[in-house]
Amino acid sequence: MSVRRLAPKEVQPESFAFTAENLDWAEKTIAKYPAGRQASAVIPLLMRAQEQAGGWVSEPAMRYVGDMLGMAPIRVYEVATFYTQFQLNPVGAKAHIQVCGTTPCMLRGAGDLIKVCQRRIHEEPFHVSENGALSWEEVECAGTCVNAPMVQVWKDVYEDLTPEDLEKILDAFERGEHPAPGPQNGRVTSAPVTGLRVLTSPELFDGSMVGQGAGLALAREAIAARANGDAAPSAPPPAAAAAAPPAPPKSDPAPAAPPPAKAVEAAGNADSEKPKKPVAPPPGGKAD
Amino acid sequence: MAKIIVDDVELDVPPEYTLLQACEAAGAEIPRFCFHERLSIAGNCRMCLVEVKGGPPKPTASCAQNVRDLRPGPNGEPPVILTKSPMVKKAREGVMEFLLINHPLDCPICDQGGECDLQDQAMAYGVDTSRYAENKRAVEDKYIGPLIKTSMTRCIQCTRCVRFTTEVAGVAELGAIGRGEDMEITTYLEAALSSELQGNVADLCPVGALTQRPYAYHARPWELVKTESVDVMDAVGSNIRIDTRGREVMRVLPRLNEDVNEEWISDKTRYIWDGLKTQRLDRPYVRVGGKLKAASWPEAFAAIAAKVKGVPGNRIGGLIGDLASVEESFALKSLLASLGSANIDARQDGAKLDPALGRASYLFNASIAGIEQADALLIVGANPRLEASVLNARIRKRWLQGNFPIGLIGPHVDLTYPYDYLGAGTDTLLDLVGSGTFAETLKGAQRPMILVGQGALARPDGAAVLALAARLAVAVGAVKDGWNGFSVLHTAASRVGALDIGAVPGEGGLDAVAMTNPGGVDVLFSLGADEIDIAPGAFVVYLGTHGDRGAHRADVILPGAAYTEKSGTYVNTEGRAQLANRAAFPPGEAREDWAVLRALSDVIGHKLPFDTLGELRAALYKAYPHLARIDHVEPADPAAVIALAGTAGTPASGPFVSAVTDFYLTNPIARASAVMAECSALAHSRLAAAAE
Repeated sequence: MSVRRLAPKEVQPESFAFTAENLDWAEKTIAKYPAGRQASAVIPLLMRAQEQAGGWVSEPAMRYVGDMLGMAPIRVYEVATFYTQFQLNPVGAKAHIQVCGTTPCMLRGAGDLIKVCQRRIHEEPFHVSENGALSWEEVECAGTCVNAPMVQVWKDVYEDLTPEDLEKILDAFERGEHPAPGPQNGRVTSAPVTGLRVLTSPELFDGSMVGQGAGLALAREAIAARANGDAAPSAPPPAAAAAAPPAPPKSDPAPAAPPPAKAVEAAGNADSEKPKKPVAPPPGGKAD
Repeated sequence: MAKIIVDDVELDVPPEYTLLQACEAAGAEIPRFCFHERLSIAGNCRMCLVEVKGGPPKPTASCAQNVRDLRPGPNGEPPVILTKSPMVKKAREGVMEFLLINHPLDCPICDQGGECDLQDQAMAYGVDTSRYAENKRAVEDKYIGPLIKTSMTRCIQCTRCVRFTTEVAGVAELGAIGRGEDMEITTYLEAALSSELQGNVADLCPVGALTQRPYAYHARPWELVKTESVDVMDAVGSNIRIDTRGREVMRVLPRLNEDVNEEWISDKTRYIWDGLKTQRLDRPYVRVGGKLKAASWPEAFAAIAAKVKGVPGNRIGGLIGDLASVEESFALKSLLASLGSANIDARQDGAKLDPALGRASYLFNASIAGIEQADALLIVGANPRLEASVLNARIRKRWLQGNFPIGLIGPHVDLTYPYDYLGAGTDTLLDLVGSGTFAETLKGAQRPMILVGQGALARPDGAAVLALAARLAVAVGAVKDGWNGFSVLHTAASRVGALDIGAVPGEGGLDAVAMTNPGGVDVLFSLGADEIDIAPGAFVVYLGTHGDRGAHRADVILPGAAYTEKSGTYVNTEGRAQLANRAAFPPGEAREDWAVLRALSDVIGHKLPFDTLGELRAALYKAYPHLARIDHVEPADPAAVIALAGTAGTPASGPFVSAVTDFYLTNPIARASAVMAECSALAHSRLAAAAE
């Protein structure tokens, strides 16, 4: 974090006003708060002002929001300088790249992403690139640690990045495109990159265990039995399900994902072969 | 009441007390930076940490936790607070070390040195060394006006200044921007503060971040001689401490008086002192051939004696200025009486206040502290923000407590709190006496208060307005047993004292307007009367301190003593007699005013019957015993207000104007002050900008 100040006078716009659509939205937002507490709407309003003004909050915008909420301008200024989500200086016209530099991302290569930004955009954060299209900053954890490293652009996150991926994303933004957000290595959301290894039994979600009464213990038994290759079912309905070959995970790993390593697979199988953990007795099964 | 044990002392305290208050009640000293009794609790300096048994198992910020939130012990033992335990000692040392990490070691060039909370508490609770070898943080200084000098690297972010300006002064202009290590105190776009109470932030600042700009590098606190005195810039009578070095007044600070000014003073009170050194009259002058020529005391007295001789008593008059003490007013009144004149007036502005109507007719009967008991307020023809800034802060304090409807008749101005604007002048007041929603509000209140300003009274029909206001006060039940809400707000420090001693025209006497009109009187004694134009013709003897309007008109100038240079009684707007003490000496040949009048009386052959201030006071107290009861409000008989309400008269239609338009330039001392001139120019430019 650095000292956050208003942008110099030269770059401040003359005035600021919400568009009709945003004004309508702002009035609805203010109405969400009880009478006399309108000041609570300052953060959403500032955020909307930032979005409308191309990604940064100008001094007229702060005054405008303050007037709207009956707040002294210094109170709005306090909020705007406190929260780093508010940009106080102009940012790239096409994208402002927020690179997460917190530990998980840093361990997974955020440093390389920052180097890309420094080379492609500007040596220093918060500086607009020469063509005015891009700017970047390092931010604290943006909350997609599973998909580290990541960058955030406006409201979208680009995850599982390599420096090459980031270059492509920057290219796309510079061309004025809007690259598809999400993991860039092909996986779906934050599903395991090695393919599903848990929750693979369809009984867990296909409804076939409903009403069997035996509950969890029975399910576990059935799973254990199937895993052991025991083809001697006792209770017909679960057994029928158990006899079925394990369904492939619904969310198949994306083609781009590398195949699971053999050792990992073996470890996974070994896990499933040790079902002898103590199992909680079914409710009521314990006699007092 | 809740039982609590503080360092082995068991005591009962109200459950809403904070731990810090409980510790103080037990006699334990708790260091603090951000906590202040009159401000909201921030709890961010962590200096007041104590160890609590019956609370969280960690050092607790005692300013921010209530006694009622502590749990008793397993067997019902009262909660225990330790303020001297090893844990507390270590916590304080830790906090102090963190505070000092970024605090510069510039005490030798810091104006706060010697009276710095951080310095003192570092000595008392800190450790003697620092383990911090990194670079310290540096912060750019901010411009927040001509009165407060900033040195923001020294700031420890206690936010007292932010809370004071927002809560007490009522101008949300200071704020804390940024966060964490980068937090900084500033105003929006570094605009100057617009409050009339901003000087108090320098007192509140526990370090040297905010200091008094006019006093910068002038003196060290240990060089100064402190004199307790009373302010005369307005009629509130704020209690002040005058710090002098040698003959020079170096600064003015507030003194605690819960009933008057709490611990605040206005900027005019605080920064007036440079006006005490410029434009001073330090020798007598006599007008010779149209020009004022320096003279000796005997020459000046001889000139006066020559003029007075042969003039009949009813052609001699006396004006009492706004800064005169009761003693010299009494001396002048006695002198004029001995000359056979009933022409004396203390009401330069022509306010229609008359002591004959009873003392309650011109006092702030509700009392300043009583504002906090009021539950509805009507302001008539006053702008208390400019006329009595500290009193206005008291009204705001009451308003912050809630359920305090305020109505205003007069100029539509920013009073730092919202109010119902009822109208501009007498018509609105007349309507209100009949009916009106705000009249109903006042009627519904238990202790309604009617504040009448000089703007409503200093007009030809002022007496009718006063009677009308009294009628309204009686009608809405503001005058009853145990409560008199009829309150006249004065603007001149001398006024109530002068009215108390009856310094108004006697039988057949002329008032201020009549005396100063062409052909009014032949000889006019002016006791520092600078707010009035005296028509040509009269021979004016001006006894005052500054070369201001009164001195320019004078035929003989007698140099007197300013309020810091004499011992004098001042009665504030609520009728509280207070003693101003001498902190310095008058410059040059100037003398204390009562002594000048006494010497003059001898020369003109009507020797006043006192030779010392003690004898003068004895005579004064004999005639007006209530003035002897210093710092005591002599309650006035409310029957006067009821009688006043019965008098007839309908005021002419017309808007009220405020008695004070330029807060910073209301008296000759202020007009001689460069600091006040700068503030005034700033206020004007702000006004002009707002008008655009």
